[in-house]
Amino acid sequence: MEKVGFFLCTGCGIGESVDDAGLLKTACKEGKAQVARSHARLCAPEGLTLVRDEMAAAGLDAVVIAACSERELSGVFRFGDAHVERASLREQVAWVCKAEAEDRQMLAEDYTRMACVRAAKSARPTRLTPAVSRRLLVVGGGAAGLSAALEASRAGYEVVLVDKDKTLGGWMATCKLQVPRKAPFAAAEDNDILELVGAVKDAPGIQIKSSCAIGSISGAPGAFQVTLQGEAEPFTVGAIVVAVGATPYDVTKLGHLGYGTHPNVITQSELEALAKQGQVARPSDGKPIQSALFVQCAGSRDEAHLGYCSTTCCPETIKQLAYLKAANGAVRCHVVHKDMRLPGLLEAFYRSAQADGTEFVQGEIKAVSSAGQGVRVELHDAQSGEQRQLEVDLVVLATGMVPSAKDTSVLNLTYRLGKELPTRDSGFASSHFICFPYETQRTGIYAAGAVHRPMLTADAMADGAGAAHKAIQCVEMTARGEAVHPRAGDLTYPEFSLQRCTQCKRCTEECPFGTLDEDEKGTPKPNPERCRRCGVCLGACPERIVSFANYSVDMVGSMIKSISVPDEFEEKPRVLCLVCENDVLPAIDMAASLRKPLSPWVRVVALRCLGSTNLQWLNDSMIKGIDGVMLIGCRHGDDYQCHFVKGSELCNVRMEKIQETLTRLMLEPERIRVEQFALGDYGKLFDVVNGFVERVVALGPNPNKG
Amino acid sequence: MAGLDPRRVVVVGGGISGITSAIEIAETGTEVTLVERSPSLGGRVAGMFRYFPKLCPPYCGLEIQYRRIKANPRISVMTDTEVTAADKCADGWKLSLRRNARKVTDRCTACDECTAACPVERRNPHNQALDATKAIFLPHRLAFPLRYAIDAQACPGASCGKCVPACPFGAIDLSMQPQDLELTASKVIWATGWKPYDAARLAHLGFQRVPNVITNVMFERLAALDGPTGGKLLRPSDGKEAKRVVFVQCAGSRDDEHLPYCSAVCCQASLKQASFVRETYPDSRVEIFYTDRRAGDNEDFLRKVQSDPNIVFTKGKVGQVTEEPGSGDITVVAQDTPTGPSRTAIADLVVLATGIVPETSLAAIPSGITRDAYGFLTGSHTEGFEVVGCASRPSDVTRSVQDATGAGIRAQRSLAVR
Repeated sequence: MEKVGFFLCTGCGIGESVDDAGLLKTACKEGKAQVARSHARLCAPEGLTLVRDEMAAAGLDAVVIAACSERELSGVFRFGDAHVERASLREQVAWVCKAEAEDRQMLAEDYTRMACVRAAKSARPTRLTPAVSRRLLVVGGGAAGLSAALEASRAGYEVVLVDKDKTLGGWMATCKLQVPRKAPFAAAEDNDILELVGAVKDAPGIQIKSSCAIGSISGAPGAFQVTLQGEAEPFTVGAIVVAVGATPYDVTKLGHLGYGTHPNVITQSELEALAKQGQVARPSDGKPIQSALFVQCAGSRDEAHLGYCSTTCCPETIKQLAYLKAANGAVRCHVVHKDMRLPGLLEAFYRSAQADGTEFVQGEIKAVSSAGQGVRVELHDAQSGEQRQLEVDLVVLATGMVPSAKDTSVLNLTYRLGKELPTRDSGFASSHFICFPYETQRTGIYAAGAVHRPMLTADAMADGAGAAHKAIQCVEMTARGEAVHPRAGDLTYPEFSLQRCTQCKRCTEECPFGTLDEDEKGTPKPNPERCRRCGVCLGACPERIVSFANYSVDMVGSMIKSISVPDEFEEKPRVLCLVCENDVLPAIDMAASLRKPLSPWVRVVALRCLGSTNLQWLNDSMIKGIDGVMLIGCRHGDDYQCHFVKGSELCNVRMEKIQETLTRLMLEPERIRVEQFALGDYGKLFDVVNGFVERVVALGPNPNKG
Repeated sequence: MAGLDPRRVVVVGGGISGITSAIEIAETGTEVTLVERSPSLGGRVAGMFRYFPKLCPPYCGLEIQYRRIKANPRISVMTDTEVTAADKCADGWKLSLRRNARKVTDRCTACDECTAACPVERRNPHNQALDATKAIFLPHRLAFPLRYAIDAQACPGASCGKCVPACPFGAIDLSMQPQDLELTASKVIWATGWKPYDAARLAHLGFQRVPNVITNVMFERLAALDGPTGGKLLRPSDGKEAKRVVFVQCAGSRDDEHLPYCSAVCCQASLKQASFVRETYPDSRVEIFYTDRRAGDNEDFLRKVQSDPNIVFTKGKVGQVTEEPGSGDITVVAQDTPTGPSRTAIADLVVLATGIVPETSLAAIPSGITRDAYGFLTGSHTEGFEVVGCASRPSDVTRSVQDATGAGIRAQRSLAVR
């Protein structure tokens, strides 16, 4: 920005902690501020008036507010379209620095210079203005996909609904009744999937493409180009819902449960088909079923088959017990289970079967064999510890589900990073965020229903609505030039100076969201609408060609260079903390609110994501004589907490590599440390940082000082 | 085709469900007012020390949600505000609101000067009344808005008034009165959440009779760094480290005398809490008495917890909880079937996995909205009124957030649907 003003608040203990006149001088002389003023209550109306008056008088286009944390009062410190930079003198100096006045002042001066340089190096973002399609693609015509299509239509969006089958309805269309969805949840309900199909067919703006598969999808949110298999002409959609459901686990792998050894050992789906045809009878001879045994977790919760719980099988069994009862009131039923899982309000449904006299046995099937027309089942009863043997007319295997998208191509994306949505080990296209179940590594493409995780139809329909909402939201935010979650509303995006690109491909490979494609030579092709603005590409690039309007390698590098590093004789070490702004910055503020002490040698720079750390910053720090650098980000690994999925992990990998460089430069590798941190541990954060400072001090000064 | 309905949506309840609905709607492009009864957003999850199964801090997701709110001018947040009536009107809903007197204005900067001056204490509801704060207090460390409030019941008012001169910003107004307001909305999203089942009714499981019997919600606070013990797991009677811990599942749930339904989250909450015991004290031992291990789609989490030989799972219903006189130790006796063998465990601490009750009692439920036998609001049978999260069923955070997101598309639809 051209004209930066500096405004210092002396409230909340800042005035008592620093020499305000000195800071104003620093801002003008070194920070090149056009105006520098202080006020005892900058956030109060009288303080804001001071800022506005000075802005008008001096024609400022940017202000530095040196007061509380940038996380607080962002709505109060908003001045038209002027750029606002914050220096957190309250949380990072006044409340935490217990050192002598000289060191406190040096700390505040560093933050003053850093904020001024950040403001000066920022530019106003140029808003993206893409033309967007307000049509959605829904892949899959089961309960989740139908719900997504119907809700989108009612919200006023056009939909292309693609399904591989000839008729809509998915798995539910094969069912006789449905698991209860409404109070009192005590009995199976009429299957209303055909009503949903009818509503979709009648709804305005839904184009149904049956017996169809996706040939390819290219483009980005707002303008995905979709080609169907066998069709030449692509069409455009703004966002995509994937709801291709699940299929039953391959029952031929369950020979140990007797499948294939006797005609009266069948699966839940097979029993459902019999019920739907009105033929609930022994498959072997068509005689009435006098006794039956259901085997729960047939494949599920079994690491040799499906490691997860398939969720629907317990309620389906309760539903099917009623089929048997209806066909023969005298039928004797047993259910062998690990646990009966009918969570929440489905308890009433479970009780209906218990009241009917069905025996529920926690146990394990040991052997299934033929006994004439009947089937002999040997089982271990976990509660009594005894082996039991039962002879029954029918054995029903409650087989689990496998996501349809596993091992088959559904979307056929033309993305550099792969054709399908990334999945977890189980094959479900699951977000691994508890708070953000629709998070996806492919912006604008949202999973719904059993492709997401095993779920009952009622949940799949709710999930379809949620995914459709995220899809229209993505279209609308893209149309406004805004980033979607988690940097929702961010107008900046990465810009590439491609003339300096060496085609090393690190940016394309490391982007957690598959944003970048490549041309034949390997030059990245930015797709800003796919981008989530984490800055991982900026961290990845060895040529430093990636920058955002308000975030760049040069900007953070300049902030680091603006830190004053006293020469080694003064015994004032300097430690730089590069921290994740999503989790570590709030932890700093919360620890500060408890007035926990933080070493006066520490200088904090908050990053969009630790994955945006460019090695140049480490280089700058070490050359400048900064004694140590600590990088603090989110936990990585299976239970990652990084909002950008891979950012903190990528940073960790990069820092492992830098250790060799340090050794080559005759610097101790311990001067750079990566720390994983969870926000809930905020009370311990400063102990971690202060501990690092102590270890750095023990190493002695960085020889590059002075 | 018609576009989205652009008219204002009101979301009632500022827990994770309501926050999510409000943000998801506002980001799509519609104005939202988020109404919360207490002085801060965050709801029940702000009192959780970690989420299952990832054992990650709820503050992490709340922080991102707060950021989205701060960045979005289409959301207005009204804390300290209750809905007193909701009526259908010609083009939507008319809501009557009562804004309770917080007595601290938006000049507050959370500098904390006031608490030293305040001479009065009150039990701290954020910590399940296990400790106290001053009558002027910050709701919790990640409060939104980050501003103090005065507990009107604890504060003697102007007769004391010591906080007023202590505040450097003139932010305290002890004469502030409740205000009645009206708000119109095209659609209403009801996200009033849940409360724990009243453990006082579980005397047979020792609650209040045996000091070292606590609820799972209290456990969350004992494990939290900002809890009454600073994150140390100590038993209430004598502050001894709780190394032998028994969890009683279905404490009230799946029980006709109490809650006839399954509360859906308690199994996984206990798995999480059991992990915390083991992580805190390597020489600890945990026993979980359960009816069914309902770990939902987090089987790998159950497997991991079960692989610890010092976490024992026993199928059985706890019948007897007694204190050993003098020692503070507790004897727990359980039986799987009325005639089967019984099993006895000795514990320092017994955690009752109490269930979820819908928090709809205090809010004005509009006419035409029905409740089921347990008080859960039964779905969205009235156009323009959506119930999400635990007001509609016992559910975990992920499912609540899914509900809350899906309600967004219905709240913004332009077509009337029966």
